[in-house]
Amino acid sequence: MVREAFSNLMRELRAGNFVYTGEIEPLKTVDPTEIIDVARAHIDCVIACNVTDNPKSCGYMSSLVASYIIQRETGMEAVYQITVRDRNRLALISDLLGAGALGIRNILVLGGDHTVLGDAPGAKPVYDVDSAQMVYMAGRMVDEGLDVAGNKIETPPKFNIGIAGNPNAAPLEPELLKIERKVDLGADFLQTQVAFDIDTAKTFVDATETFKIPILIGIFPCKSYGVAKFFDEHIPGVSVPAELLETLKKVGKIEDKKERKAKIDEVNLDFFVDLIKEIKKTTNAAGIHIMAVGYERLVKPLVSRL
Amino acid sequence: MIVLEQKPLDQILEYINDVGSLLVVGCDGCSGIYQVGGEKQAKTMKKLLEMGMKIKGKKAIKIEATTVLRQCDLRITATTIRPLTKEFDTFLSLACGIGVQTIAKAFPDKLVIPGTDTKFLGMQERELGEFAEMCRACGDCVLYETGGICPIARCAKSLLNGPCGGMVDGKCEVGDYTRDCAWYLIYEALKRQGRLDLYKKFRPPRDWSYKAQPQEIK
Repeated sequence: MVREAFSNLMRELRAGNFVYTGEIEPLKTVDPTEIIDVARAHIDCVIACNVTDNPKSCGYMSSLVASYIIQRETGMEAVYQITVRDRNRLALISDLLGAGALGIRNILVLGGDHTVLGDAPGAKPVYDVDSAQMVYMAGRMVDEGLDVAGNKIETPPKFNIGIAGNPNAAPLEPELLKIERKVDLGADFLQTQVAFDIDTAKTFVDATETFKIPILIGIFPCKSYGVAKFFDEHIPGVSVPAELLETLKKVGKIEDKKERKAKIDEVNLDFFVDLIKEIKKTTNAAGIHIMAVGYERLVKPLVSRL
Repeated sequence: MIVLEQKPLDQILEYINDVGSLLVVGCDGCSGIYQVGGEKQAKTMKKLLEMGMKIKGKKAIKIEATTVLRQCDLRITATTIRPLTKEFDTFLSLACGIGVQTIAKAFPDKLVIPGTDTKFLGMQERELGEFAEMCRACGDCVLYETGGICPIARCAKSLLNGPCGGMVDGKCEVGDYTRDCAWYLIYEALKRQGRLDLYKKFRPPRDWSYKAQPQEIK
C-alpha cells in the first residue's frame, strides 16, 4: 500500500520534482524569534524544513513546539524530527497525536545520539522502541488508526514518515539492510547524513535504488574554516575534502569581516553548486537536504544558482 | 557471572562509623570466584577496616570475618551466619546486591551494609579481572536471531533493529569509538553463518511489562 501524500514535501516528491529541504535547530531558549527568522530565510528556497529534536542529546526547545510555531508564523512546512531516545511509547504516541492536532504533516523518525554524548550525560536513555519500531508505530497510527498496542485512535493523524540514512557508513551493507527494513515498514522518504563528495552520494543512491524510496542527500555548507575543521575532525565517518578545507582556511584569513564573509560564501557556493549539479546529473536522488545550521544566509543564493 | 567491585574503603568506613560490632561476610559464589569478596578478601577487609579505624582515630570495635558458600541462597546464608548473630550487631556483605538482601531477609533486626557495587552480568574474556557485560536478564532471549551476540546488553541503545547512525567503522559512538558496535558484530556473525535474512527481519516493539515489575519464579 502506498500511503497518501499528506504533505507538500511528499506531493512534490511523488510528482518527481527535485526538492530541497532545510534544517532548523531550536536551542536552549523560550524565545522563538531566531527559529522564525531562520524559517523565513528558507522561504521560496526549500519545500520544508526539518526541526531538530535535541540534537547531540542537548536539551533544547521541543521540536514539536518549534515545528508548530514555524508553521504558524511563517507558513514553512515542518519536518518534525522525533527521536526515540527521550520518550517511551506512551510519550511517542502522545506527541504524535499532538503533532497531528497541530497540523504537522511530516515526521522524521530518528534513534537519536546517545545521552552520554549530550549536555546532561547523566540522563537515563529511554529507547523503549527503536527507530524501526517507531516507523512501524507511526505507520500503524496513520494507516490503520491503531496505536502500537492495537487501541483504536478516534481521529488518526496524517503524516508522511521520513527516515535517515548514513551514506558514510562503513561497512555500508548493515546500513542498507536497516534502511530496507524501514522501507518495508512503510517509510515514505529518506534524508541522508552529510555527504561531501559525489562518489559517496552516488554509491548510496545507487545502492538504495531498489528500495524505491525518494532519497534526499544531506549537505553541510561550512560557515567558517573552524566549523569545517571541527566537522572534519569530530564528526565520525565524515571527512571534509582537503581542498575545501584549504580554501576555507585561506579565505578565513581575510581581515575585513565583510569581505571574508562574502568570500566564504563564494567558496561554499562554488563547491556545493558543483556538488548538487553533479548529484542531479549523475544520480537518481530525489532532492537535497541542506543543513545550513547557523548559516541560513547561504540558502537563498545557493538554491538560486541551481 | 555477576560482576562486582569492592566499594572504596573510605565509604565503608563511613558506613560503619557508629556500629558496635561488625561481621564481614564474604561469598564464595561469583564474588569469591573472581576474588572480589571471597574468604580471603573478607579476612583482608577485616584487617583493612581495623587499620582504617585506627588511622582515623576511632575507638576499636570487634570485627570478624566469615564466608558463605552462596549468599544468594537464603537457607545456606541463614544457617551459616545464625551462630554468629549474637556477637555482632552489623554485617558487611561482600556479595552482590542479592547477597546483601538475603542477609537482610534472614536477619531483619540487624544492619546489613553493602561492601561491593554490583555492576553487571558478564564474561571474563581477557585477563583476570577484566569483564564485559553480556546479559541484562531481560527475560526474552533473542540470541538465536542475533548470532549469539546480545543487542540488549551490548548495544548502548539496546536496539532490536540496529545498527543506529552512531556506528562508524564497526565501532560505537558511545565510548569514543573504542567499543565494537553490537549490531556490526551481529552482522558479521550472521553473514558468516549465511543467515543475513535474520538481520533484516523486523523485531516489533517488545513487551517490557515483564521487566516493569519485580519478578518471581515459583
